[in-house]
Parts: sequence; C-alpha cells; structure tokens
Amino acid sequence: MDDALTVHRLHFAFTATFHYLFPQLTMGLALLLVVLKTMALRTGEEHYNRAVRFWGKIFGISFALGVVTGIPLEFQFGTNWARFSRAAGGVIGQTLGMEGMFAFFLESTFLGLFLFGEKRLGPVGHWVATVLVFVGSWVSGFFIVATFSWMQHPVGYALDANNQIVLSSFWALVLNPWTLWAYPHVMIGAAVTGCFVMASVGAFYLLSGRQLAYGRTFVRVAVMVGLAAVLLQLLPTGDMQGRLVAHHQPVTLAAMEGLFDTQQGAPLAILGQPDVEKRRLDNPLVIPRMLSFLTYRRWSAEVKGLDSFPPQDWPSNIPLVYYCYHVMVGLGTMFIALMAVAGWLLWRGKLYGSRPVLWLLMLALPFPYIANTAGWITAEAGRQPWIIYGLMRTRDGVSAQVSAGNAWFTLIGFMGLYTVLGILFLFLVRREIEHGPEQEVQGLTAEA
Amino acid sequence: METLWFCLVAVMIAVYVVLDGYDLGAGIIHLFVARNDGERRAVLRSIGPLWDGNEVWLLAGGATLFFAFPAVYAAGFSGFYLPLMIVLWLLVGRGLSIEFRNHLKNAIWAPFWDAMFFLCSLLLAVFFGAALGNVVRGVPLDEHGAFFEPLWTNFRLGAETGIFDWYTIIVGLAAFCTLAVHGALWVALKTEGAVNERSRAVAKVGWWGVAGLTLIVTGLTFRVQPQVPARLAAQPWGYVFPALALAGLFSMAWFLARREECRAFLGSCAYILGMLTSAAFGLYPCVLPASTNPAWSLTVHNSKTGDYAMRVGLVWWTIGMVLVIGYFVFVNRHFAGKVRTEENGY
Repeated sequence: MDDALTVHRLHFAFTATFHYLFPQLTMGLALLLVVLKTMALRTGEEHYNRAVRFWGKIFGISFALGVVTGIPLEFQFGTNWARFSRAAGGVIGQTLGMEGMFAFFLESTFLGLFLFGEKRLGPVGHWVATVLVFVGSWVSGFFIVATFSWMQHPVGYALDANNQIVLSSFWALVLNPWTLWAYPHVMIGAAVTGCFVMASVGAFYLLSGRQLAYGRTFVRVAVMVGLAAVLLQLLPTGDMQGRLVAHHQPVTLAAMEGLFDTQQGAPLAILGQPDVEKRRLDNPLVIPRMLSFLTYRRWSAEVKGLDSFPPQDWPSNIPLVYYCYHVMVGLGTMFIALMAVAGWLLWRGKLYGSRPVLWLLMLALPFPYIANTAGWITAEAGRQPWIIYGLMRTRDGVSAQVSAGNAWFTLIGFMGLYTVLGILFLFLVRREIEHGPEQEVQGLTAEA
Repeated sequence: METLWFCLVAVMIAVYVVLDGYDLGAGIIHLFVARNDGERRAVLRSIGPLWDGNEVWLLAGGATLFFAFPAVYAAGFSGFYLPLMIVLWLLVGRGLSIEFRNHLKNAIWAPFWDAMFFLCSLLLAVFFGAALGNVVRGVPLDEHGAFFEPLWTNFRLGAETGIFDWYTIIVGLAAFCTLAVHGALWVALKTEGAVNERSRAVAKVGWWGVAGLTLIVTGLTFRVQPQVPARLAAQPWGYVFPALALAGLFSMAWFLARREECRAFLGSCAYILGMLTSAAFGLYPCVLPASTNPAWSLTVHNSKTGDYAMRVGLVWWTIGMVLVIGYFVFVNRHFAGKVRTEENGY
C-alpha cells in the first residue's frame, strides 16, 4: 500500500510540475500581450502589432502544451485519487466545474479569434479578444488556486450522515482567505516568468545585434512590468502568504524554516542543511530574531518549532520543503536585485548599451521557472501528510484499486510523452525566436 | 434535483460526442477522402479553429460529473484507469499531429502526422464506444462502490470481465462507423470539389454500416442489460429518444441522396444525440450499473453530492452555459462557410 501511495504521489507531482511550466508562461505573457496590444492601439504603430503577433505565436504554443498537459491533471483526481475525489468532489468539483464553464470556453474561443481573426476583427476587436484571452487565463488560475487553497485550508464544508464532505457555503469556498493571498502570489509569480522570458529574448536580440527595435521594446516593457511584479511578489503577497502558513499550519512553517526547537526570538535561517535525524540545522547562517519579527512583527515572539508537534503530523519530507522554500525566497531576492538594477539603468537611458546587465537578463531565463516550481513544491509538500489539511490524510485519499504496477506503467508513459512534448516545445519556440518579429511568416500558423 | 443533474451531465457528454465526433470522424476518413497535401490541409482547416473548443466539452462534462456525482467520478475514473490514460495519450497525440502538420511544412513529415492523426482518431472512436459499452453492460463494483477493470481478460461477459469483451468491441465498432459517417458529413459540408464528392461517397457506404450496427447493438444491448427494455416498457414516453435516433438515421440517408449537406449533418447529430440519450434513459436511475450485485450499482441517489451544492451549482452552471452558447454561436458564424483548398488563414 505504501509503495502504491508513493507511485501515485510521484505521478501527480511529475505531471503537475511539468504542466505548470506552460501556464506560468501563458498567464504571464497574457498580461504582457494586453500591455503591448494597448500600446499598439494607442500609438497606432505597426511595430507593436508585430510584437503582439510574435509573442502571440509563442503564447499559442505554450497554451497548447498547457492544455494537453492540463487535461491529465483533471482526470487524475479520479484515476489516482479516487477516495479523495469521492469524499471531496462535492466541494472541489464546484471550483473545477466553474473553471471549465467560465474559463476554458472563454479562453479556447477567444484564443482562436486572437490568433486567426486579426484581419476580420479590426484593431479594437482584436484588442478585446486579447483582453478576453487574458481574463480567461487569469480566471482559470483563480479557480485552480481556489481548489488548491481549499485543500490547504478547508472552509465552507460540512460532513453529511455518510461522512462525505459536502459544500455548506459557496461564498466561503470562493472567498477562502487562503485564496485571497495565494491567488495574487501565484499570478504575480506567473507575471515574473512572463517578464523574464520577454526580457531574455529582448536581451538576446540586443546582444546579438538583430531585431534591435524589437529587442529594445521587449526589454523596456519586460523590465517595467517585471520590476513591479518582483516587488509585489515579496510585499504584500509573499509576506501575507507566509503569515497565513504561520497561523494555520505552524508545523509547515517550522519545516520551511528548518526550525526544530520552539524559541522566543527565533532566528531566520539563510543557509544550512536540516538534519532530521539529529533534529538540528547544520552549518547555519542566521539572522537572529528575524523569524519572530517577520511572522509576528515582534522581535521576541515565540515561534513554534517542530518539537511542538507530534512527528506523525510533520511534513513527510522536511528537507524538500526546507530547500524548495529557500530556493524560492533566494531566487526572489535576486530577481528584485536584478530588476532594480535594470530598471535604474533603463530610467537613466543606459540599459540598452549595458552588456553585462543584458547578459544577466538573458541568462536569467530558467530561474523564474525554478522559483515558481519550488514555491509550488513548498506548498504541496508542506501540506503533507494531509491531502486536505487537518481533514484527510494523503494515504486515505489514494485509489485503492489501482496497483503500483499500473501506476508505474502510466507514469513511465507520461515521462516518455512529456519528454517528446518538451523537445517539440523548445524546437518550436527556438524557431520563432530565430525568425523574429520583423518579417511575417508566410501563412499564419495554427496553434490553439 | 439529482435527476436534473443526471440529464445535464448526459446532455453535456452527448454534446461533446456530437462536436468532437465530427473532428474525430474527419481524422478517420481524411486519408481516404483527401489524396494530396492541399486537400488534406483543407480537411484540417475545416476543423482547425474548432476542435480544441470541442474538446473543452469533455473537460466541462467531466467536471460537472465530478461535482454532481463524485462517487461515480471516483469509481469510474479509477476503475477505467488504463483506458482513460490511453485516451489521454491519444488525445495528446492527435492534438500534436494536427498542430505540427501546420508547423513543420516538410514533405517528409506530412504523411507521418497524417497517419498519426488517423490512428489516434480511429482508436479514440473505438475507445469511446467501448467505454459506453462498459457503462451500459455494467462494471464489477464491490460493496464500497469501487472496481478495477483490466483492458481485457477472455473477451467474455461475466464476473472477470475486461474493458474489451465481445459486446464492448461491437459497440466500439458501431461508434467507429457512426463517427466516420458523422465526420464525412461534416467534411462534405465544409469542402468543395473532389474532397466533397469523396466524403459523400464515404458517408453513403458508411450509412449502411451504421444502420446495420445500430440494429445489432440494440438487439445485443436488450439482452446484455435487461434494465434498458424494462425501463422502456415501464415508461413508454421514453421511446422518444430511440425515435429521435431513428429519425436522424433516416434523414441522414434522405438528405444525403438530395445533396442537402447541412441537413444530412444535422440528421447525424440527431442520431448520435438520440442513441446516447436512449442509453442514458435506459440506465436511469443507475449511472454506473454493477454487474456483480444490482444492489451495489451507483445510482443518482447514492452517488450524488449535497443538495445545497446542487442548487448552487445550478446557478453558476446556467450562467456559464448561456455564455458558452453565446461564444459558440459567435465563433461558428465567424468561421462559417466552406474552406477553400488553398487559403491562408482567416
């Protein structure tokens, strides 16, 4: 049983992690496409329309991969987590159903119009289609985060006579306090990815001396939006998210921070390796009292360590939670530094000629993906050993009928298929970047 | 309330089959009706901007089932674990073949993507038919409402049954024929010239297959699942569903002979809707009948979620559906008319 549980968890972790590489780019780019399309509409310059078409193609490729890798996730609730679905479907089926009705139909309809309909729709109509694609992808994100938030912090439910979880308040579900901070945090994280990808492509063009007008536009727009995004990611959204964890899941906070002992004036660990057997942090580099201050706004506040909780309630993989959290925060801090320098140079009019900073922007491309992924792993692995926090253990949610062997079969199948998908994605995007926005490709390509 | 949701889920799934059915069907027939690259591209363009929107209906239908009847969703998805995963891979493969054919304009690869498009479409049609066959025949549910079926065992009906037995294979074949004709009628509707001619020829031949298999499948179903004829006998108004299917079937042939392509296609839609609603009517109140012990069947009563959730769901579902119909009308008007054999985008 434990063996099958591990395979089912790996299965979902793999498919979900791979899936989220694509929506974070599409949701981020959707915002930037609205910015570029608005500039096109206001200035009337064809330059911006070409920029929109160029990024629209990359958006379309990423969107298609997001859809094909997203459908398996929706199925996997039932296939691999049947007992969880049976118990909780009445609640999370609501948010997933609303995602289908309000977001997927909107997105798929207007993406087609956005990609194929520019001539027929005219400038204003095409702007509206762009905005609706943005709205659709961000609404989709909302319902997914609402689903995830309910698993982190179940609200608005009751247990019926058969011990099934039933919805008792629709608005409590939709306005879950966890969602209200997790949603902006996730979406701004996506915007950070979108901005770094756009800045990276722009920097590549500027450094290689091609497509210069577009390189400048991409870097300018991406750095302006990106600076705002990286700051908002820390304050208030990241900070508030941390305080929610501290309040509702203190044991998760202790695992994230590598805090084994409850103490007043708890230090903030910057570096160090958690040793769960010996229950201590090796080679610690800490800021004294900082954790107490960040969590409770008092330097001497008591922060509960892992020793305050029974080990069966500890997250099942404490090093994973600790490292992912530190990778996320560490990268987020570097993003702020890089975007601040780039923003300052842009303001002084020196960015386009500053090769070291352009190099950094170009090479930064993979890091927002790593930060977003690490953030999700922190949240999901931090929730363990619960599948619904405080209500249902992960081991009680798995499909009892599906054996480890069958789950391995499909996991290996997905690994093979997704390797092919990843290669095709990189190939297609590279080709678009090689080609650049200056000349139009003969015949519009079709992706959706 | 649960009856209403049963109907809504059944209709959403039926709409999915009607809509995605024509692009699956287009995939099944395209190797035969389109002989050169230009013609193949015309077939692809006839479904190009619409197919992914059609697949959203599968997601929306699945999600609606999830929230209204979580026990059915959980039992069905875990019990049909392997075929569902294979369906997912086929959907991915099919999407890839459509998109990449457009991206890689290379003579070497075009036949490869065409073959993949054909194979994935064909297998999906058979799998969907077999899935319906499984639901109608009943699955080996235990007293906790769970089961697991291997892909096949000995191809016989009985306690140790697999996804594929002789009955579900015949239903799968019927689905294959039905969707091939449905797709042929769609392609005929959307194209001109040689492709149009050949599609109508495929539809004419295929119609006999559909008619024959309808007869066989109906006869077999009445024996395999006695609940269906029993329910029709108890509530004779339910004959409207098979009547709709028959009317659709004959109007297909009638309008096809008169080259009224649009009406023939609508006839095919009516046929599919009629067959699926007949099956749903025949099974009700069961959603997933048990082949082990009728008392363990999952019905709308023992698998539903709370009443409050169903009432709230009805509010947002209605709002959502109004929006969906709005988009649908808008897009189909936008992409209405025939596609030409050589045309670049819209």
